[in-house]
Amino acid sequence: MNRMALRGLVRKEFLQILRDPSAIAIAVVLPFVLLLLFGYGVSLNARRVPLALVAPSSSQPQELLGGFYHSPYFVPHPYATMREAVRALMRRRVDGIVWLRSDFGRRVLAQRDAGIGVFVNGVDANNAGLLEAYIQGVWLGWLSHHAQAQGAALTVPVTAELRIWFNAALRSRNYLVPGLIAIIMTLIGALLTAQVVSREWERGTMEALMATPVSMGDILLSKLIPYFVLGMAGMALSVAMAVWLFTVPLRGSLLVLFSASGLFLLVALGMGLLISTVSKNQFISATIAIVTTFLPAFILSGFVFDLNSMPVPIRLLTHIVAARYFVAILQTVFGAGDVWPVVLANAAALGVMAVFFLGLTWRLSRKRLD
Amino acid sequence: MWPRIRALARKEFLALLRDKVARMTLIVPPLLQLIVFGYAATFNIRHIPYAVYNQDGGEASRQLLARFQGSSVFREVAVLTSDRQIAPMIDDKRVLLVVHVSPQFSRDLMAHRPGRVQVIIDGRNSNTAALASNYVNQVVEDFDTEWAADHHWRSSPARLVVRSWFNPDLLSSWFIVPGIVGLLTLVVTLLTTGLSVARERESGTFDQLLVTPLNPVEILIGKSIPGFVIGVVEATLILAAAVFWFDVPFMGSLMALYLGLLLFLFSGIGIGLMISSLSVTQQQGALGVFLFMVPAVILSGFATPIANMPLVVQYVTYLDPLRYFLVILRGTFLEGDGAGVLGSQYAALVVLALASMTVAAWLFRHRTV
Repeated sequence: MNRMALRGLVRKEFLQILRDPSAIAIAVVLPFVLLLLFGYGVSLNARRVPLALVAPSSSQPQELLGGFYHSPYFVPHPYATMREAVRALMRRRVDGIVWLRSDFGRRVLAQRDAGIGVFVNGVDANNAGLLEAYIQGVWLGWLSHHAQAQGAALTVPVTAELRIWFNAALRSRNYLVPGLIAIIMTLIGALLTAQVVSREWERGTMEALMATPVSMGDILLSKLIPYFVLGMAGMALSVAMAVWLFTVPLRGSLLVLFSASGLFLLVALGMGLLISTVSKNQFISATIAIVTTFLPAFILSGFVFDLNSMPVPIRLLTHIVAARYFVAILQTVFGAGDVWPVVLANAAALGVMAVFFLGLTWRLSRKRLD
Repeated sequence: MWPRIRALARKEFLALLRDKVARMTLIVPPLLQLIVFGYAATFNIRHIPYAVYNQDGGEASRQLLARFQGSSVFREVAVLTSDRQIAPMIDDKRVLLVVHVSPQFSRDLMAHRPGRVQVIIDGRNSNTAALASNYVNQVVEDFDTEWAADHHWRSSPARLVVRSWFNPDLLSSWFIVPGIVGLLTLVVTLLTTGLSVARERESGTFDQLLVTPLNPVEILIGKSIPGFVIGVVEATLILAAAVFWFDVPFMGSLMALYLGLLLFLFSGIGIGLMISSLSVTQQQGALGVFLFMVPAVILSGFATPIANMPLVVQYVTYLDPLRYFLVILRGTFLEGDGAGVLGSQYAALVVLALASMTVAAWLFRHRTV
């Protein structure tokens, strides 16, 4: 390795980055804007869901209806008849209907099996499931209130006491924001480098570089170093925003966080360089970069979709998605702390992938002109 | 006019498809991705690993735990014997939840006193935690109903009868797979158009194109045609796979869906050409596509509902063509919508298409390098 030549090349890469406004945009503006937009925009906590209440007659238990009005999850819309409520559901004005028949109040008093009809729009299945759970929560609250009012204990044999660790309020931002950091880092890493080698080929400057005495390893290193620096700067910005802007608790140590990020960035840059080296054509490398980095990182990494619930072949496939390991580390370091078994196992996987991608790139980029 | 456009469209097709690798990258990955993502992208949780810590050991606790074992949602992976084992199991992600039955459980129940069960859940992924706690409640409720009936407990004064419309089993694949159709169509359209002007700018041939008799509108049409044809073909393939491979029911009007698809392609192509004519190099074009596509996907309502977003972000999503197309897709697939109900979605797509195409055509002449 030639120290002087390497320094010159790194300098050239840095100059190229600084001159092209788009690369600066990626390194600084992209993480900022994306995290701002997604951090606020991506949430699985439904609040203020429009809900139709059909409760004809005045003899209804007011505590039950009041439960819906006081819940932060609902914006109740009273309807006089079921027909109107159904029309509102069809037009997507409300997401669900709670229907008390006119004799509901009497049936409750008479202890005769009174049914509460609940209809939800199931198109967004996840949201519908949460909505059902919220409605059930209001109902359970009313039941125990009702039992107490009658001087009896709740007549349910077992209620599970749920203890949710690490995120008692089930705030979805606490796990989505760390996951977003992984996605943004994937983008920055692969995007920045996916084009840099194919550009040299397409413009014919690769031949010029090859005619110089620098080795292929030097060329690759010179592509890696500036983008690594940029990527880590983006990472620092993202972590700062996560902690101060989105108030995601960071329970682990910064050292672990940044070591893991450095490792992951090497993998992402390695993937970008590999794509770029193999394709030598900017259109193809852009396509491959999107197809192999962003979409898998979004869907196969455990960022929103639970890995355990996927069918076995797909679950095996997720093991080649680098973002999967990084998401696991981030969610744990942010949410739970430095849990060594989780951190080390995933870091080891990232290490293997980094060596693989960078090694393969190095093997494939011989000084040849074909 | 038409012969000129035809010649340009022909040239664009050749530029896109001449290369075998380029042909492959346009066709194979979207289909593979539909298959993989269709299975992977699910909010229905299954095989959730859990551990049992049963301090009771009586008949009632065995009945309760048997219900967990019998459920396809849960998978028992460990039996704990002390309190101290709980934390490491959860911390190391070996289990998602621990069911802890307290010592007096069976005796309490036999004496008509409520039994105590504690369930500790890993909340790192709050959505999975929320879903898991719903299932836990369901299992416990089923147990309650049976126990109350068998042991003459007073029945509860009211019960909930829950139905979900359009998707009775709340299968999230019915929601996600139509979404993937929109997602992949957007990716293909943006990629085919997003680099097309930038490529010519970079190699200097765009200036030559501008001095030919073609006017900007003709260039626009000529450059749109390949993306349009490829988009329709790919979307049709993906739609067929959604219906025949993933068995997502198609309840609405195919006409309404294809009208939506055409308008969506127009707006996608318009945005792609706009990005492309803004950029001077292909790298900038690719970055522009990325910069538009990533937010367009994440904020479209594909995985997380738009209604949960703060108002400011909701306004931003009005600029996202995928947002409207997802409503059209899900409406026609699951809710049985016809074109009449979807009027406002079509209108929004038309506005986006016209606006972006106009800007693109203007940029052809006015963006000089």
